[in-house]
Amino acid sequence: MADQATFSEQAMPLMDSLYGAAMRMTRNKSDAEDLVQETYLKAYRGFGGFTEGTNLKAWLYRILTNTYINIYRKKQRRPDETDLAEVEDLYLYRRLGGLEAATAGRSAEEELLDLFAESEVKDAMESLPENFRMAVLLADVEGFSYKEIAEILDIPIGTVMSRLHRGRKALQKQLYEFAVARGLATADVGS
Amino acid sequence: MAEKHDCSEALHELYHFLDGECTEDKRAAIQQHLEACPPCFEAFDFEAEIKAYVSSKCREKATDDLRARIADAIGHEPSS
Repeated sequence: MADQATFSEQAMPLMDSLYGAAMRMTRNKSDAEDLVQETYLKAYRGFGGFTEGTNLKAWLYRILTNTYINIYRKKQRRPDETDLAEVEDLYLYRRLGGLEAATAGRSAEEELLDLFAESEVKDAMESLPENFRMAVLLADVEGFSYKEIAEILDIPIGTVMSRLHRGRKALQKQLYEFAVARGLATADVGS
Repeated sequence: MAEKHDCSEALHELYHFLDGECTEDKRAAIQQHLEACPPCFEAFDFEAEIKAYVSSKCREKATDDLRARIADAIGHEPSS
């Protein structure tokens, strides 16, 4: 039986995650807050239809992405159908993977921390076309399985995998461009 | 000795492996290859680090104000 107390107890602790996704999707605080509020209201109203014991987080994300699509696609004259250029596999590794060897004793992660500002990682994520961004966010930030992402976005699993694959490579390319812009890495010849 | 064929096979499965979406058999085979092949191990390790890094950098915290706003809005809904 869905009631207000049960809903609050189960759904409210997930707000930071949902707000994070909303920030990456809308790219601004005020729209993200409105989106999260709208998501919670819709979820509360529909909570009677939620089967207890199933995945509440995935259910909330489905409402969030649907709400986002309904509100923000309407604001745009044309939906964001931008495609991505092909990027080679292991894009960043082939360019930065050597860092580790150069400074023994430090992990790749420590090196990366030096290389990118937190805002640059967020900007790189936000630079991805919407459909790719959603897939990467759901997998890499929220840790959803392919099957869960397919259900949240209502797309086939094969599409999830291809969007993830291409979205991640594009994210790496964008990160690399930030590193190049700050003079921390050398630009590719001819690109 | 790690064979070239194994490397391309392993790299092809890289994201499935890191995402925990491999079958048990595939997972074991890749694991075995990574133990025998330092270049592949490094590439996998790097991709795992990037994934964890991006995840840690994209976190946000909802403000107390937003929490209060939402709790208030739900409180004003007719109870279901």
